[in-house]
Amino acid sequence: MNTEPTMQLPGQWSTFGVGYDWLFYFIYWLSVVLFVAVVGAALYFVVKYRRRPGVKSEPTGHYLLLEIGWTVSPLILLVMLFHWGFAGYVSLTAPPPDALDIRVRARKWSWDFEYPNGGHSQDELHVPVGRPVRLILSSEDVIHAMYIPGFRVKRDAVPGSYSTLWFEATHVGRTRYFCAEYCGAAEQPVHEADGTDRYTGHFSMNGWVNIHPVDGPAAESVSGENTWRSGWASYLENVLRAPIDPATGHEVTPAQWGELLYARNQCNTCHSVNGSAMTGPTWQHMFGQNVDLADGTHVLVDENYVRESILQPAVKVVRGFNPVMPSYQGSLTDRQLDALIAYIRTLR
Amino acid sequence: MSSATTTEASHGAHAEAHGHHPPFLQHHFDTPAHQFDAAKMGMWIFICTEILMFGGLFVAYGLFRGREPEIFHLAHERLDKIMGAANTIVLLFSSLTAALAVRQSQVGDRKGTTRWLIITLLCACVFLVVKYFEYTHKFHDGLLPGTHFRAHLPAYAHHGHTLPYRAHMFFALYFMMTGLHGVHVLVGMGILTWVLKRNLRGEISKEYFTPVEIGALYWHLVDLVWIYLFPLLYLVG
Amino acid sequence: MATEVAVAPGHHEDEPDHMANYLIAARGVKSWLVTLDHKRIGVMYLASVILAFFMGGMFALLVRLELLTPGRTIMGAATYNRVFTLHGAVMVFLFIIPSIPAAMGNFILPLMLGAKDVAFPRLNLLSFYIYVVGALFSLFSIISGAVDTGWTFYTPYSTTSSSSVVSMTLGVFILGFSSILTGLNFLVTIHKMRAPGLHWRRLPLFVWGMYATSVMQVLATPVLAITLALLAMEKVLGLGIFDASLGGDPVLFQHFFWFYSHPAVYIMIVPGMAIVSELFATFSRRAIVGYFAVAMSSLGLALLGFLVWGHHMFTSGQSEFSTMLFSALTMLVAIPSGVKVFNWTLTLYKGSIWLTTPMLYALSFLVLFTIGGLTGLFLGTLSTDIHLHDTYFVVAHFHYVMMGGTVMGFLGGLLYWWPKITGKMYDESLAKVSWFFVFVGFNAVFIVQFIMGSRGMPRRYYDYVPEFRPYHQFSTVGSWILAVGFFILAYVLVKSLRSGAKAPPNPWGSAGFEWNTATPPIMQNFAVTPTITRGPYDYHEATEEELWDGFPEDFKKSEP
Ligand code: HEA
Ligand code: HEA
Ligand code: HEC
Ligand code: CUA
Ligand SMILES: [Cu+2]
Repeated sequence: MNTEPTMQLPGQWSTFGVGYDWLFYFIYWLSVVLFVAVVGAALYFVVKYRRRPGVKSEPTGHYLLLEIGWTVSPLILLVMLFHWGFAGYVSLTAPPPDALDIRVRARKWSWDFEYPNGGHSQDELHVPVGRPVRLILSSEDVIHAMYIPGFRVKRDAVPGSYSTLWFEATHVGRTRYFCAEYCGAAEQPVHEADGTDRYTGHFSMNGWVNIHPVDGPAAESVSGENTWRSGWASYLENVLRAPIDPATGHEVTPAQWGELLYARNQCNTCHSVNGSAMTGPTWQHMFGQNVDLADGTHVLVDENYVRESILQPAVKVVRGFNPVMPSYQGSLTDRQLDALIAYIRTLR
Repeated sequence: MSSATTTEASHGAHAEAHGHHPPFLQHHFDTPAHQFDAAKMGMWIFICTEILMFGGLFVAYGLFRGREPEIFHLAHERLDKIMGAANTIVLLFSSLTAALAVRQSQVGDRKGTTRWLIITLLCACVFLVVKYFEYTHKFHDGLLPGTHFRAHLPAYAHHGHTLPYRAHMFFALYFMMTGLHGVHVLVGMGILTWVLKRNLRGEISKEYFTPVEIGALYWHLVDLVWIYLFPLLYLVG
Repeated sequence: MATEVAVAPGHHEDEPDHMANYLIAARGVKSWLVTLDHKRIGVMYLASVILAFFMGGMFALLVRLELLTPGRTIMGAATYNRVFTLHGAVMVFLFIIPSIPAAMGNFILPLMLGAKDVAFPRLNLLSFYIYVVGALFSLFSIISGAVDTGWTFYTPYSTTSSSSVVSMTLGVFILGFSSILTGLNFLVTIHKMRAPGLHWRRLPLFVWGMYATSVMQVLATPVLAITLALLAMEKVLGLGIFDASLGGDPVLFQHFFWFYSHPAVYIMIVPGMAIVSELFATFSRRAIVGYFAVAMSSLGLALLGFLVWGHHMFTSGQSEFSTMLFSALTMLVAIPSGVKVFNWTLTLYKGSIWLTTPMLYALSFLVLFTIGGLTGLFLGTLSTDIHLHDTYFVVAHFHYVMMGGTVMGFLGGLLYWWPKITGKMYDESLAKVSWFFVFVGFNAVFIVQFIMGSRGMPRRYYDYVPEFRPYHQFSTVGSWILAVGFFILAYVLVKSLRSGAKAPPNPWGSAGFEWNTATPPIMQNFAVTPTITRGPYDYHEATEEELWDGFPEDFKKSEP
C-alpha cells in the first residue's frame, strides 16, 4: 500500500485501492498486448505487402477456424474481466455494519458534512484512519457526485433520495475530493478585495479529505493545512466550538467567528460586505434598516429576521432578488447562527 | 463507362426508362408493384418508430404506477369512462371505415372510397370533440399536471373528496399520452384529407391505390395506440 | 461519355436531363434547393455537416484554449459551460450522426445498389429540410443565450437552468426526425432497390453498415424524441416526471437519454466501420477476410447496442442487478468489434497495399479505434468505471472512438469518393501532409487526457488543481497541431474544386459497384439498370478494363 501516484493512477489511500489498482493494471496490460498484436501485425503487413510492380494480391481464402478462434477466445477474457469488476463493485456497495456514518449534503456549489455528534464542516471532509466510514449522500438541488480519487470511489448525490458510499482510509494525511457530476456555475464571478475574480461552480466544488489519526494532538494546536494532524476525537469535539485565537489562547469573539463562517459557509459567494449587490443583497449597512420585500411589504432587519432569513430564506424574499438562497436549517448550530448575526451587526 | 457488370448503355434504354410509364410511377421504380411494396414497407417501418415513441411513455407509466398503485387508482376514477368508451368505439369504427375505403379503392370504386374516407374523417372529428370536452372538464376540476395541479385543494373537492397531491403524476402522464395521441389523430386527419383530395382529383385507381392503403395503415396505428391507452388510463388506472 | 447522349424524345426543357452529369444537369440555386436527386441531396448534406464540424471544431479550440491555464484564460465559467455544451451538441447532433449516413450514404448507397435513386426521394429532401430547421433551432439557442447543460441534458439541472434549453431540445427533437426518415428511406432502399443479381451475399459492406445503422436510427431515435418532449414540457408546464420534489424521478431521464444515446454511439461508429471496410478492400486489392462475419457483426453491434445503456449510470444508484447485467452485456460488445478489427488486419495479409491518403485514414481508424475500444473495457468493467466515470479518461475514450474512429472513417471516405462526387482529383501529397498533422495532433490532444483522467481530473471542469496543468497544456498545444492539419485539408479540397485535374471514372482501380458509373455520375446514375454478376470485392474476377477504365496511362504503368 502506498500513497505515491503511479503513471496512471493517483496515490492510493483506501483499502479498496489495492484490488482496484491491480485490476486496472491488468486491463491496462491486456490492452497493451492486444494493441501491440493488432497494430504490430497491421504495420508489418503494410510494409511487407506494400504495392510493388509485378506482385499481385492473393485472393482471400476462408479462415473458419480463425474466425471462431477470435470470436470465442475474447469471450473468456471478457468473462474474467466482468467477474472481477463485479466482485469489486459488490464489495464497494456493502459497507461493514460498524461503519461510521457521515451525512453529506450537496448543493450548488458547496458540501456540508454532518458528523455523528451533530457537528458540521463545510467543504472539508474529516474522517478517521483505519475505520470504515459510510457517507450518506443527498442533494438539495441538482445531481452532484462525491468523487475521492485517492479512495477510488464515486457516487451520485441525487435530489429526492439517499445514496451511500463507503471506504476505509489507510493513511493519515489529506487527499482531494471533487464533484464529479456536472452542476453548472454561477453566472458572475465574485470580485475579491484584492481585485481578482473568483468563479464558483461544478469545478469549485472540491476540497480535501482530512484523514485524522485516532490519537493525535489536540485540534486547537494545529490549523490550516495541518488540521488533519489532530486526533479524531479531538477534532469531533472541536467542530462544535468556535476556533481558538492563537494570540490569546481563547475562543475568538462571536463576530470574528461569524466572519470566518461567512467565508467557510460560502455566504460570500452571494453576499458582499462592501455594498455591491451580487446574487444576494449586500450585508453592508443592512442591519437595523428597513428592506422592501417582493410581496410589497417591508421588514426591519433585526436578529429574528436575519435568523429567519438564514433558516427559511424563501419566506421573506427581498425585492429585486430571486429566491435562490439555500436553507441552512440543520447545517448551522445555534451558536454559529449567533456568531453570524453578531458579525452582520458589526457591518451596519 | 466500364461494362463487365452493366449491360451496354444505349439511347433506346433511356426512352424505355421514360416512355410507357403510367403517370403515377416514379422514374426510379421498375413496376407499380415495386413502388407499392416500397411505400408499404416504408409505412410499416414508420409505424415501428411510432410505437417506440409511445413506448417511452408506456414505460414511464408502468414505472410510476408501480410505485404508487393506490394513488393511480384514485386518480383514474376522475376520468370519464363513458366518454373514453365512446371514443374507443368511434375510433374502432373509423378503423373499419378506413379499411373499407381501401377495399373500395382497390376495386376502383371512386365514389365509395370518397364516402368511406369522409366517414373516417367525421369519426376523427367526433373523437376530437369528445376529447375537447374531457380536457376542459379536467382543466375545470384542477386536474392538471405537475405544478398546475389543484385538485388537492379543498376548493376543488369532488363529492367531498380531494385527491392527494401526488396524483398529479397520473395527470402528467394522462395529458402527455392522450396529447401525443391527439397530435397523431390530427396528423392522421391531414393524411386522410390529402388522400381524399387525390381521390377526388381522380388520381386514385384500381392500378394505383397506394395513398389510400398507406393512409389507412397510419390510421390503424392511431387506433391501435388508443386501444392500449384506453384500458391503461381509464379502466386499470 | 454519358453526357453526350442525345436528349430523349418528349423531354421537357426545364426538366433536368437524366443522362447528363448530375452537377450540371440542371442549373441555378433553385434547381439544387428543390432537387429530388439523392446525389445532390447528399452533397448538400455534405456541405452542411462540414460546416457543422467546423463550428464544433471552433468550439473545441475555445475549450482547449480556456484550459491552457487554470482559472480564467479567455472566458468566464458560465461561458465555458456553454462552449463545451455547444461543442458536444453540435458535434454529436449536427455533425457526426448525419455525417456518414446522410451525406455519404445518400450519395453512394444507391450507386452501390445499382439503383436510380433512394426509395423515397421526396422524403429524402424533406429530411434534409428537417435537418436545416432543426439546425436553425439549435443555432437560435446559441444566439438566445446558449445552453449550459452538457450535451446530455441531465435533469434536474436542465429543467432548472435558465439557459435556452427549450430551443436546443426542440432543435435536437427535430433533428431526430431527420435521422429517422433517412434511416427509414435507406432500409426500404436496401430491401427494394437492389439491382438484379445483387443478392444479400454480394451486398457491399458499406451497405450492410448502413443497414445496421438505419435499424438503430429508426428504433432508438423516437425514444430520444419523446424524452426531449417530456423535458421541454417539464420546463414549460412543470410536468414533474423528472422532478423529485414533485414525486418524479430524475434518474429516469438518464435511462431514457441513454436508451437512445448508447445506440447512437453505434449509429456513429458503424458507418465509420462501413467506410473503412471498403477502404481496406480497395487499397489491399483483396476481398475483406470473413465478409459474412464482418457484415453480421454490424448487425450484432446494432442489436447489442440496445442492451447496454446502463453502463453510463454505474454511479447513479441503479439496482445492483441491473448494473451487473449492463456490465456483462457491455463486455459482449467487444466481440463484434473485435471481429471487425481482426478481419481488417488479416485483409492486409498478402494484399497489395497502396498507401493513399484514404488508406492512411483507414489505418488510422484501425489504430485509434482499437485504443478507444480497449479503453471502453476499463469503463465497462464495473469497479474500474467507478473511479473513471466522469473523468477525462471518459473524454479521451469517446474522442478516440468518435474522432479517432468515425471522423477518420469520414475523412477517408470523403477523400476516397471525392473524385466520384466532384469529378476532380485532389493533391495527394499535400493531403498526406494534412493527414500527418491530423494524426499526430489528435494523439497529442487525447493521449494525455487518459493519464490525467485516470489520475483523477473530472470532466466539465472550468478550473483545475495545479497538478494537472502540464497535461492540459500539452493537450491544448496538440489541438493547434490538429487544427493546422484540418486547415491544410480544407485548402487541399478547395484547391481541388478550383483547379483539380479531371478524375477518371475509377481512380483507385476499385472493384466496388459505385465506380461503375460515370464520373461524376449522370443524373439517373446508370443509363441502364446494371446486372450484377460478381461481388464488390472480387478483384480476381474483375477485368483489367473494369478496374482501370479511363485511368491515366502513367498511373496505370505504376500498377503491377
Ligand atoms: C463512436 C462512439 C463510441 C463507441 C464505438 C464506443 C464504444 C464503447 N464504449 Fe463508449 N462512449 C462513447 C462513445 C462510444 N463508445 C461516448 C460518447 C461516451 C460518453 C458520453 C458522455 O458521458 O458524454 C462513452 C462512454 C462509455 C462508457 C461510460 C463511461 C462513464 O461515463 O462512466 C462506457 C462504460 O461501459 C463505455 C464503454 C464502451 C465499450 C465497451 C465500447 C465497445 O464498443 C468497444 C469495443 C471495441 C474494442 C474492445 C476494441 C477492438 C476489439 C479487439 C481488439 C478485440 C479483442 C478485445 C478483447 C478481448 C477485450 N463507453
Ligand atoms: C464527433 C464528436 C466530437 C469531435 C469530433 C470532437 C472533437 C474535439 N473535441 Fe470534443 N467532445 C465531444 C464530441 C466531439 N469532440 C462531446 C460529445 C463532448 C462532451 C461534451 C459534454 O461534456 O457535454 C466533448 C468534450 C470535449 C472536451 C471536454 C470538455 C470538458 O469536459 O470540460 C474537450 C477538451 O479538451 C474536447 C476537445 C475536443 C477537441 C480538441 C477536438 C478536435 O478534435 C476538433 C478538431 C476540429 C477542428 C479544429 C475543426 C477544423 C475544421 C475545418 C478547418 C473545416 C474543414 C474540414 C473538413 C474539410 C472536413 N471535447
Ligand atoms: C446561492 C446564493 C446565496 C448564498 C450561498 C447565501 N445567500 Fe443569503 N440571500 C441570497 C439571496 C438571493 C437573498 C435575497 C432573497 C431572499 O431574501 O431570499 C438572500 C438574503 C439573505 C438575507 C436577508 C438579506 C436582507 O437584505 O434582508 C440574509 C440575512 C442572508 N441572506 C444570510 C445569508 C447567510 C448567513 C448565508 C451563509 C450561511 C447566505 N445568506 C448564503 C442568496 C444567497
Ligand atoms: Cu456539484 Cu458538480
Ligand atoms: Cu455507451
